[in-house]
Amino acid sequence: MAKLTELTASEIAKGLRKKTFSAPEVTRAFLDRIGTYDASVGAFLTVSAETAIQEATAAQTLIDSGMASPLTGVPIALKDNMSTNGIETTCASKILKGYIPPYDASVVASLKAAGMPILGKTNLDEFAMGTSTETSAYQLTRNPWDLNRSPGGSSGGSAASVCGGLAPLSLGSDTGGSIRMPASLCGIVGFKPTYGRVSRYGLVAFGSSLDQIGPFARTVEDVALLTEVISGYDKADSTSLPNAKIRTNDLKSGSLKGLKIALPKEMLGDGTDPAVEAVLQSNIELLRKEGAEVSEISIPTIKLGVTTYYIIAPAEASSNLGRFDGVRYGPRSEGKGHIGVVERTRADGFGPEVKTRIMIGTYALSAGYYDAYYLRAQQVRAIMAEEFKKAFEEFDYVISPTSPIPAFKLGELTDDPMALKLLDFCTIPANMGGFPALSLNGGFANGLPVGLQIMAPVMADERLLQISYCIEQALGLATQRPPFA
Amino acid sequence: MSISLDEVRHVARLARLDLDEAEMMSLQGRLNSLLGHFADIEQIDVSNVKPFSHAVSLQNVWAEDVPGATLTREQALKNTAMQRAGLFVVPVILED
Repeated sequence: MAKLTELTASEIAKGLRKKTFSAPEVTRAFLDRIGTYDASVGAFLTVSAETAIQEATAAQTLIDSGMASPLTGVPIALKDNMSTNGIETTCASKILKGYIPPYDASVVASLKAAGMPILGKTNLDEFAMGTSTETSAYQLTRNPWDLNRSPGGSSGGSAASVCGGLAPLSLGSDTGGSIRMPASLCGIVGFKPTYGRVSRYGLVAFGSSLDQIGPFARTVEDVALLTEVISGYDKADSTSLPNAKIRTNDLKSGSLKGLKIALPKEMLGDGTDPAVEAVLQSNIELLRKEGAEVSEISIPTIKLGVTTYYIIAPAEASSNLGRFDGVRYGPRSEGKGHIGVVERTRADGFGPEVKTRIMIGTYALSAGYYDAYYLRAQQVRAIMAEEFKKAFEEFDYVISPTSPIPAFKLGELTDDPMALKLLDFCTIPANMGGFPALSLNGGFANGLPVGLQIMAPVMADERLLQISYCIEQALGLATQRPPFA
Repeated sequence: MSISLDEVRHVARLARLDLDEAEMMSLQGRLNSLLGHFADIEQIDVSNVKPFSHAVSLQNVWAEDVPGATLTREQALKNTAMQRAGLFVVPVILED
């Protein structure tokens, strides 16, 4: 039998029900693997071994009493920007060092109710602001496919933990591609649901109109099972949708035959690596062979996505991060008077990328610039959302590469402030329009995974997962593992 | 479009960030690199376009006006750097 840490979440769930192994055995196997290999990957900021074992023991009781839900006893890792009662939550920032939340985020409460042990908290770009996990104030995370390369970001720790077999499942958050981008670079599945279908309560806010929590796993089936656990209406999040629950009973009954799929030509830019384009073309051939019709279309505002995003997201962030003043949580610096203390605390606590974004956002919202920047950006966003809505009237799905390049070397893109930001042009539209999008491994370029992004209309999460499952089966790549360890 | 060092100082003040000269200069460079791209969206016609609000529009999200579970005082104070008599200590706002 394969090692426990090589099994998918569904295989673990099956083994637990058949009593092939116990929930504490599973959690211990992952904790042992974290202990052995995380020194080289750097996926975790905190490992909550003791509580994970307690949760696994409680999960076993549920299983034994026949009260288990599908993922009971399957452990999970969480991006360190989700509140976990009693477990340090830092957002990879010095300004939250030592912060122990007194409550659980709604998604965390849902995982606990489902009997899923929490292995620990994973590394991210500071406050999820980045595309490489390199802006973390604490450590670098490495890509298990090549330890000299970035896992992508900002949910790099969550992606690397699943990719490296340190966790069967994890959660990330996606504001402009922060789940899909690292999923692509790590060769796993990452899913950003429709805005409002997974509660944001207890997720430390970055860009509130864009942020969405979503799952990572090695297969679409695992992603679907986890989505079902975390989705649903939550009165604690005022943007939560009444019919939020994503049910995936029909996951395996889809077909590619006769589907109309569009590829926006603007998602193959000048910066797209020819090797990435080659993988995409082979994916398109496969879709056609399976009976789908794939056409090239044009969605002109995609070219304005990055600019629009870098006005809206920092503007919302500058407001959201106003709460970090050293009074209620986090370290407090010395300073003269109220303003002096707050200014010093923030200057000492935030890293360079976060400061840059707070400055950009404050500038875009300041007197005289609001109309020219923020308001205009929200109007461009409305045009973009409308263009995608029209595309979805004619086509069932829109596809693209997830990232224009495969995993890049650590430090390679940090000098030019725009280089990393420009990598998000394929993922940003789904956050702008609030529609669901998923990345799965479409193939390899020089031994590195290349993600295929599949987008669907708002609220079509169920059929997006269904079609992703079909594509995954046709590709047959879900069993590929990094050479690492 | 570019931002002067004086404007960087003004925005840093608004954002409550106490930055030294070297940081101001470095931020000026980073901001100007981003602002250079902002011109892209000036070319598109946005007249009569309503700004985006939500992918699925929700209206009047009300909650029942009934007391619910809250944090205890002890829980709320657990993470503060300074507390006194069961209260947060706020930096001095009014000086003598």
